Amino acid sequence: MIEVTQLIKTYVNGPIETRVLKGIDITASNGDFISIMGKSGAGKSTLMYQMSLLDDPTSGKIVIDGENTETMTPLQKSRIRLIKFGYVFQDYALMPDLTAAENVVLPLLMQGLSRTAAFAKAAETLERMQLGHRLHNLPSQLSGGEQQRVSIARAVAHEPKVLFADEPTANLDNVSSKAVMDTFLELHEAGQTIIMVTHEEEYARLADRVVIMDDGRILREERSERHRHRAA
Amino acid sequence: MLSWLNVKIGFFLAVRQLRRASLWTTALIIFVMVLTFLNLVVVSGILIGLIQGSINQFRAQSTGEVIISNLDDKKYIENSPNLLALVDTIPGIAAYSARYIEGGTVEANYRTRKEGEKPNVAATQITGIDPHDENSVTNLSQFVVEGSYLSPGDYDQILMGAYNLRQYFPVENPGLQVLDNVGVGTKVRVVVGDVTREVTVKGILKTKVDEVSRNVFFVDSQYRSMIGRSDGNIDQVAIRLEPGARPEDVRDALIRSGADRFAKVQTFEDAQPKFLKDIIATFGMLGAAFSSIGLVVASITIFIVVFINAITRRKFIGILKGIGVSGAAIQYSYVFQSVFYAIIGSAIGLVLVYAFLVPYFERNPIDFPFSDGILVAEYGETLFRVGLLVVSNIIAGFIPAWMIVRRNTLDSILGRN
Repeated sequence: MIEVTQLIKTYVNGPIETRVLKGIDITASNGDFISIMGKSGAGKSTLMYQMSLLDDPTSGKIVIDGENTETMTPLQKSRIRLIKFGYVFQDYALMPDLTAAENVVLPLLMQGLSRTAAFAKAAETLERMQLGHRLHNLPSQLSGGEQQRVSIARAVAHEPKVLFADEPTANLDNVSSKAVMDTFLELHEAGQTIIMVTHEEEYARLADRVVIMDDGRILREERSERHRHRAA
Repeated sequence: MLSWLNVKIGFFLAVRQLRRASLWTTALIIFVMVLTFLNLVVVSGILIGLIQGSINQFRAQSTGEVIISNLDDKKYIENSPNLLALVDTIPGIAAYSARYIEGGTVEANYRTRKEGEKPNVAATQITGIDPHDENSVTNLSQFVVEGSYLSPGDYDQILMGAYNLRQYFPVENPGLQVLDNVGVGTKVRVVVGDVTREVTVKGILKTKVDEVSRNVFFVDSQYRSMIGRSDGNIDQVAIRLEPGARPEDVRDALIRSGADRFAKVQTFEDAQPKFLKDIIATFGMLGAAFSSIGLVVASITIFIVVFINAITRRKFIGILKGIGVSGAAIQYSYVFQSVFYAIIGSAIGLVLVYAFLVPYFERNPIDFPFSDGILVAEYGETLFRVGLLVVSNIIAGFIPAWMIVRRNTLDSILGRN
């Protein structure tokens, strides 16, 4: 569970101070699928970076599984990112000189898994993403959709508690975008907590909770059609 | 943080980056490393080899590996026959040459000199040798450039060192006398003490060792009578050792047998003049200075290569950190790559030095005016330089990686400054 209280983020560039988040309160419970929507500059990505501990807030509190992250060292935060979180970025963010399997295996090795176990797990995860035939391909040899699925495989192979996705379909065509969203839904059905930033309403509505932001604040939160359907 | 896991991940990343890097870039970096290694080893090796060549020649053509000479307060080696008998019993000695050495003058054209004309005379060292024994130690006959080498029965004939003759040593120095118009067959007058003898130049001898080329050689049987040494006491014994025998062992064996009571027993290194040792040290320092410049250039090259690599991959470094790969593992990956370049560069350099350059310079020494320069590359020194190159590369690889890794993770991912 992630609890965010009165989160403020201000960027300082010389004499110019830009407050991007203006007192955000939000809670993500286990098993949630939250999409954060908003116009460009609304602060949705910045909120995700703070919640996922990729950045430090200016003020406010982020509590993860009961632990206040305010006093954590960079190393402790790095450890949480490694074990509890997984990340999917807009531009896939795969290491160009690692094959699909090697990209996926990296966080597993970092968690201390043996080489054999890590590669087996990576292969299994890529199989689940229908990429079993692409294990030894470099990112440059994969399509955009395939790269994004490798990125998802890397994010979930170590079974994180929360999967963060920043505009995961922004660079993809419709078919690939749909495939990525289907993967997210499958993962969510299996109990994965997902926090996704998107500006595409069609995909945002696939989440349980849709958080709409504007000018650094949460305007409102809606329960999606899918959630109501699932609840029913 | 130094942990085995970070090292393993660093190695994992480094191997893959190297394997998939541009072949040309990798080849170019390794080429720079090879040049740096050669600069480290060859520059100082040639400088030291220049002097070492001179020392080797001095040993081969003058002192041998062990040299026995008169004590400082004696004119010659007393009890020489017993000493030579002792030398015969010491193991490891391949050959030796007993020498009679005195100062004297050589005069030419004395028959045609007119009244008031400056005499054509040169002061020199005159040495009596057994031509066969001497040749066994110093191979002197191969340096005869005109005429022929001495034979044991030669009487009133000499071998003239080329540096006594103006045509070989054209210097205009009032303190240094040389002979004009002397060649093979010329009659010259040799004066040693009170004894004067007219002899014929049988051959002219030229080497780069001044002590040999400034000499005049007689057959010892005649020279003994000239200098009144009928007791057989000699001035010097040059000893050549069998392959594998250590000069120090032979010296020590001679001293243990009591040779030092009558003579000074030295290895060729002991007998080196101090100025030569100083020159070696000076050239060593010069070599080290040139080498360290090369080392700095190599370090800067690696620094730039790693820095550019790391800065262009900053986004990926940020992502690695983002997904939980530690900064230390990322730094190790760059250090491993730098070490790889240094080790491959050094390995190629080692092959070049020991398989090609050292044997080449042995066969084709550099023709310096005073020595035949070789390439000196001692294994210990060379390994030290390999270590130096690796350590400097580790530092040069670590610093830029550390500079990039310590930046804010999100700024790196988003490419913000």
